[in-house]
Amino acid sequence: MTPISTGSEWTFDLIEEYDRAIRKIAVDEFQLDVYPNQLEVITAEQMMDAYSSVGMPVNYHHWSFGKHFVATEKSYKRGQMGLAYEIVINSSPCIAYLMEENSMTMQALVIAHAAYGHNSFFKGNYLFRAWTDASAIVDYLVFAKSYISKCEERYGIDEVEMLLDSCHALMNYGVDRYKRPQKLSLAKEQARQEEREQYLQMQVNDLWRTIPKRDKDDANREPARFPAEPQENLLYFIEKSAPLLEPWQRELVRIVRKVAQYFYPQRQTQVMNEGWATFWHYTILNRLYDKGLVTDGFMMEFLQSHTNVVYQPPVTARWYNGINPYALGFSMYQDIKRICEAPTDEDKAWFPDLAGTDWRSSLEFAMKNFKDESFISQYLSPKLIRDFRMFSIRDDDHEDKLEVSAIHDEMGYRDIRSKLAEQYNLGSREPNIQVWSVNVRGDRSLTLRHTMHNRRPLDEGSAQEVLKHVGRLWGFDVRLESADSDGSITQRFEVKSNLELQRL
Amino acid sequence: MSHIIDRRLNGKNKSAVNRERFLRRFKAQIKEAVSRAVKGRSITDIESGEKVSIPVKDISEPVFHHGQGGVREQVHPGNEEFIRGDRIQRPQGGGGGGGGGKASQDGEGEDDFVFELSREEFLNVFFDDLALPNLIKTQLMGVEELKQVRAGYTNDGTPANISIVRSLRGALARRVAMAAPTLASLGEAEEDLDQLLESDEESALEVRDQRKRIHLLREKLASIPFIDPFDLRYNNRIKQPKPTSQAVMFCIMDVSGSMDEQKKDMAKRFFILLYLFLQRNYDKIEVVFIRHHTSAVEVNEEDFFHSRESGGTVVSSALNLMADIVKKRYSGSEWNIYAAQASDGDNWDSDSANCGRIMDEQLLPYCQYFAYIEITEGEPQNLWYEYLKVKERQRHFAMQKIRSASDIYPVFRELFKRQPATRA
Repeated sequence: MTPISTGSEWTFDLIEEYDRAIRKIAVDEFQLDVYPNQLEVITAEQMMDAYSSVGMPVNYHHWSFGKHFVATEKSYKRGQMGLAYEIVINSSPCIAYLMEENSMTMQALVIAHAAYGHNSFFKGNYLFRAWTDASAIVDYLVFAKSYISKCEERYGIDEVEMLLDSCHALMNYGVDRYKRPQKLSLAKEQARQEEREQYLQMQVNDLWRTIPKRDKDDANREPARFPAEPQENLLYFIEKSAPLLEPWQRELVRIVRKVAQYFYPQRQTQVMNEGWATFWHYTILNRLYDKGLVTDGFMMEFLQSHTNVVYQPPVTARWYNGINPYALGFSMYQDIKRICEAPTDEDKAWFPDLAGTDWRSSLEFAMKNFKDESFISQYLSPKLIRDFRMFSIRDDDHEDKLEVSAIHDEMGYRDIRSKLAEQYNLGSREPNIQVWSVNVRGDRSLTLRHTMHNRRPLDEGSAQEVLKHVGRLWGFDVRLESADSDGSITQRFEVKSNLELQRL
Repeated sequence: MSHIIDRRLNGKNKSAVNRERFLRRFKAQIKEAVSRAVKGRSITDIESGEKVSIPVKDISEPVFHHGQGGVREQVHPGNEEFIRGDRIQRPQGGGGGGGGGKASQDGEGEDDFVFELSREEFLNVFFDDLALPNLIKTQLMGVEELKQVRAGYTNDGTPANISIVRSLRGALARRVAMAAPTLASLGEAEEDLDQLLESDEESALEVRDQRKRIHLLREKLASIPFIDPFDLRYNNRIKQPKPTSQAVMFCIMDVSGSMDEQKKDMAKRFFILLYLFLQRNYDKIEVVFIRHHTSAVEVNEEDFFHSRESGGTVVSSALNLMADIVKKRYSGSEWNIYAAQASDGDNWDSDSANCGRIMDEQLLPYCQYFAYIEITEGEPQNLWYEYLKVKERQRHFAMQKIRSASDIYPVFRELFKRQPATRA
C-alpha cells in the first residue's frame, strides 16, 4: 500500500480520503457505532468563538461568554496557550471542528479522536443515552436563543441578564441526578411553552374570582410541610414554586436548567470520555500505520502530540495539577485490553470475569455502562496503581499533620481504588445542598440545607454571594444552613429580601 | 460517509455580541480606565486601544463550593518516598494536601482581569462622556479619504493599465535573451559554411546540410514572439490617505491658581475633541500650547497640563502671544488656523475690552474657528460678556459654559455642521 499523503499540508480531498480510511478501520474493523459525522473546517478566530460559547454552534447571549472570549483571545494572542485541536459536539450529526492551522497529521488525529472516539462514546454511554437527546440539542438552543432575545426586547437586557446571572450561579444545582428527563424537540417545546404561559395566565385570573373561598377546613389542619421532601434540583424547584417570578422568567430558569442537564453527563464522564477517544485515536492511527497508509514522519508527529496529551506529571513536579484525565482514561482502557489479552495471575485474581475475554466486547461494555466513579472502582487494576505510583493523603483539620493513608502496595490497592473513585463522584465533589423547607404560612422564607460530608464546610464568601442570587429568584428571605452528620447546624447564612438585590 | 464543510468563510465574529455585553456590564470600570488613559495620554495620541483591568472579584461568577476544613482524602500520582502511615507537614498556603501547584494558584487568585479595548471601543467610551451625536461619532472614527497614487509596476492588472514602454522594454530584453544562444550557433554555422565554400574540396552534401542547419536556426529565431503575455507590465496604483492640507491648532489655557486638576482635565477633553476633528480633515496638524496667567508663554504639552502657577489672570497676554505666533510662523494661506481656549472666566476687569479688540482685529480674521469654554459653576464675569459681543459679530466664534464633559460638544456644533462643506 502507498501512503495516503506524505506532506504536512492538508486539502479537502485528503481529509476525505483519511476520513474514509479511518472510518474503514473504526467502523468496519472495530465496529464502533457512531452518529453520522459532520467535519467542519474553521479558523482560529472561529475556534475562539466556539470556545467561548461552551463549544455550542448556537447559544444565547450573555456577558459571561464574552468574558471567556476576551480571556481566550488575550492568552491566545500572547501565545500563552495554543487552542485545543478539536471541539466536538454531542449532537446528531456529530459536529467536529478541524482547525485550519492544523497539519494533515493533526487533522487525521482529530478525526479519529473526535469524529470516531468521542462520537461513539456519545452514542454508547448510558448517561448520554438517558440524559441528552443528540438530535434535538441544536434545535433547542435555537429556540432558547430566540426566546431569550425576544425577552430582551420586551423586558430589557438588564432584566434578562440579572436573571441569567442568578440562574448561572445555581447551574450545578439545576440537574436531576436520578430522575430521567423528557426528550426535547423544538416543535414540542414551543407548543409547551405557550401552553404553560397560558395556563399560568389563567392562574392569575383566578385571583379575581368572585366565588367566596371556603377556608374553614384548612384552618384546623396541621401546617403541611412544603416541599414534602427535600428537593435536590434547586432550579426546578424555583421554576415551579418561586412565588414572584413571571412566566417568561420561569421559562428562562427552565432553559438554563435544560442546558445544565445537557452538560451533566459530560461532567461525570471526563476520564472515560477522553480516555476512550484517546484510546481510539491511538489504536486507529497505529492501524493505519500497520496498513502502510501513513508514513514514518506522520507517526512521529502523531506520537509526539499523543505523548504530550497522555503525560502525567508526578506530584512533585511544579506544573502538577491533579490527575490528567487523558492519561488515566487512556491507561485504563489500554489496561483492560491487556487484561483481556494477556492476563497475569494477579489480573486473574482481581478480574476473574474479565481476564481472557474478547477485548473488544469487554471494552464496549465498560464504555457503555459506567461513569467515572463506577468505572474506576470497577476497573482500576493494581498494575495501574503501581505504574502511576499512586498514594493517598488524608487531610483532617483535627490533626496537625497530613497522613499518607495508602500507597501502591498490597494493603493499599483497594483503598486507593475506592478513594480515587470517590474523588470523581460529583456528589462528594460539590456540596450537597437541597431545598429544605418553605415557610408557607409566615414570611414565605426559603431554607436550603447543606448536608456536610466529612465535616467539610461551605466556602463562606461564595456561599453568601450565591445565596443573594437565590434570594433574587425567590423574592423573599432565604436561608442556608450547614448540618453535620448528627444534624446539628454549624454554619448559617441569610439574605433578607428587603436587601437591594437588583444589582448584585 | 462523513460530511465535510468549509466554514472558514462564515463570520468569525459570533462572539461580538457577547463581547459587547461584557463591556456593557463593566462599563463603569471601563469608563474609569478610559478617563485615566485620557488624563495620561498626549492629546495627539488619543487614537489607540487601551488596557483595562478589572478586579477578579468583581468579575467572578460565584458558585457553591467547599471551603477549608473537614476531612479530605486525595489520590496523587508519582509517589517517591512515602509509605503508609507517614505523617507530613501541611504545605503552606492552603490545605491542598500535597497539590502544591494548585494551592499556590488558589492563593494568588486576586490578580486583575486585564484585557485590551480596541481603538473603536476606546473612542466610543470616550465619546460617550462627551455626548456626541452619532453622525459625528462615525465621522470622527471613520477612516480618512483615500487617494490613488502610482506605485511602480505589477505583473497583472486590467488592459487599460498596460504600461506600453515597460512592456516593450521587457519584450526586447526577453527577445535578446532568448535569441542569444541561437544567434551564436547561427554565427558559427555561417562561418562553417564560408569555410566549406572557400575550401577546395567542395562537398555538395555537407554544404547542403550546413545550409539546412542555417535555415533551421533562422526559422527558430523568427519564431521568438515579438511580445508575449509574460512581458506585460501594468501601472500599479495604490491607495493613500488623501493629504488635504495643513492646520495648526492653538490650545490656550488659563493656569492661574483657580484652575484645578479637574478643570484642566475637562479642558483636555475639549482640546482632544478639536484635535480629533482636525485629524479627520487635515493631513498635517501642528499643535501650539499657550498657557497664561498674568503673562503668557508657549510650552510643551507636559508643562501645559501638569505644571501649576498662581497669580492673577490677564487673558489678552495669551491672545497677543497667539497673534504673534500666527504672524511669525503660520501666516500665509497654506495654514488653517484653529484655536481652543479654556478658562474659568477670571480676568482683570480692564483687560476684557482688550481681548475683544484683539479677537476682532488680529485673530478672528485669520482663524477658521475659535472655540471658547468657560469651566465654572459661578456667575459669568466680564470676559464672558465681552466674548458674547464678539460672538454676535463673528460667525466662526463659539463659546460655552461647561459644567460636565457632556457640555463640551455644543461648542463645536457649528464646526461639525459645517464639515461637509469644508470637506468638498
